Amino acid sequence: MADYTMNSKDFFTALSNETLIGSRCIDCASFTIPQRKICPKCHSLHTEIIKYSGSGKLVAFTVIFVPPVMMAQAGYDGKNPYCVGIVELDEGPRISAQILDVDIQRPENIKIGTKMQMTTITRNEGYIEKSFLAFRPT
Amino acid sequence: MQKSKWSRGVAVVGAGMSKFGAFPEKTSRDLFVDAYLELQSSIDKGFDPKRIQAFYLGNFSSDQFEKQSHLAPILASWIGISPVPSIRVEDACASGGVAIRQAALAIASGEYDVILVGGIEKMTDLHISAVTEALATAADTQFEIPAGFTFPGFYAAMATAYLKEYKADREAFYHVAIKNHKNGALNDKAQFGQSITEIMENKKQRAAQKGRSVPEWQDEIEFLSDPKGNPNIAWPMTLFDCSPVSDGAAVALMVAEEIAKDFTDSPIYLIGSGQASDGALPDRDTLASIPAAQEAGRRAYAMAGLNPNDIDFAEVHDCFTIAEIMAIEDLGFFPYGTGWKAAMSGKTARDGEHPINTSGGLKAKGHPVGASGVGQLIEIWKQLRGIAGERQLPGGPKIGLTHNVGGSGQTCVVNIFERRD
Repeated sequence: MADYTMNSKDFFTALSNETLIGSRCIDCASFTIPQRKICPKCHSLHTEIIKYSGSGKLVAFTVIFVPPVMMAQAGYDGKNPYCVGIVELDEGPRISAQILDVDIQRPENIKIGTKMQMTTITRNEGYIEKSFLAFRPT
Repeated sequence: MQKSKWSRGVAVVGAGMSKFGAFPEKTSRDLFVDAYLELQSSIDKGFDPKRIQAFYLGNFSSDQFEKQSHLAPILASWIGISPVPSIRVEDACASGGVAIRQAALAIASGEYDVILVGGIEKMTDLHISAVTEALATAADTQFEIPAGFTFPGFYAAMATAYLKEYKADREAFYHVAIKNHKNGALNDKAQFGQSITEIMENKKQRAAQKGRSVPEWQDEIEFLSDPKGNPNIAWPMTLFDCSPVSDGAAVALMVAEEIAKDFTDSPIYLIGSGQASDGALPDRDTLASIPAAQEAGRRAYAMAGLNPNDIDFAEVHDCFTIAEIMAIEDLGFFPYGTGWKAAMSGKTARDGEHPINTSGGLKAKGHPVGASGVGQLIEIWKQLRGIAGERQLPGGPKIGLTHNVGGSGQTCVVNIFERRD
């Protein structure tokens, strides 16, 4: 993983290459996402960039009917809501992401604990197309 | 419990607030003057502005809402207290509660004897989408907001974790809204002066007047369960689960304990204060509670030498209904996993065992974010001094607590106040 640095922008560079990166602390073996130079658990600087498998499970979610501007520009509104959630990766850490291919019209059918796999979704941010992290059920 | 003490006691000797709501005709400084004038008239033995030695202002983002940063010296000058040191305190929606704590620490240090502490936010000049964007900056804008989260969304996600973890009934959220609107209807400063029953009946009347079919809601729960009456904002949070966008200001005069009686024979005393911080939602071990709130509460109780059961009533940060349920658990009023049952069975009502948000809370009183923490103190001041009018708690409450949260729980500050006879 020498291609990516601990600078947070590299998380999105990796994502544009369909790669989910983070870091592992060599001293205490804890994982973080996104990558961090300082281990937040033991304060060690002995950390390295790693690549996540991208599989995990849904631990919390919501279906957004009143979107922020960025999501409204992507075509979402009260009639076309979207799901966003928090996914716990198999390696341990959790991250926020849009959740695709779930029953948006009946949110009560979306189940915490559902197995998820990482993907990316392209949205416009201003005039620039950018890759954002997303997950879908496996 | 080990009691930790500051080197000097701190008292509140005056308090005032503007009405909370949407006031297109007023700017921040006008709202601030409203609150300040009420504060002046609240000081029993009269007030000389020359005694103010410093000004602490809780304000989340006047720079985004009014294109005006550096608001503290501007307001100080507006009311003629320059050149006192004037400090803006920003910890998102906890800015007001943190300003109170910072002012108290400054008095306890011995540097000042008399501090004016305020909270303010003027939010309604912006379009709702711009308000949403401004509030979003209180979250992690690199790694949470791009996922599509909104503030209702954060609390909605915590609600799904809570519902799952404790097999709770979603209807419990509606009971929080019903109770807080009922309390807010008795508060002339509240943004919503109506109970949910009144709102429901008004909607029926309007439908009848316009010749539309009249909805057949039998009670508040039926009304709140119907997306036509109560639309989804961020499932499972609906419109009536959310606090409103508000304008408002609140101020208090805080002084060293030994001079409090110069101002009034019945001051209230700050006897416990604690604050804690946390990371963004994904970085927390639990999503069904707010760890920073539990920690801030633990510190405040330790300083006061009190337990949760010693607290007569509390104003908690109910920016969303789920937030009140988590708050009453994080503060130890009810064991984890039972707050939703307490809300459903009336234990948090004015006549319940732990009265919560007698002012109407952020939900009904309004949530001008930087002002909310100081607004909570206004209710404590009124209840402890027995001047809360129709919503006054019986039996002369002696100890009141405020719980003020920033973001989705990245900051929490808890302050405990006492009346002494």
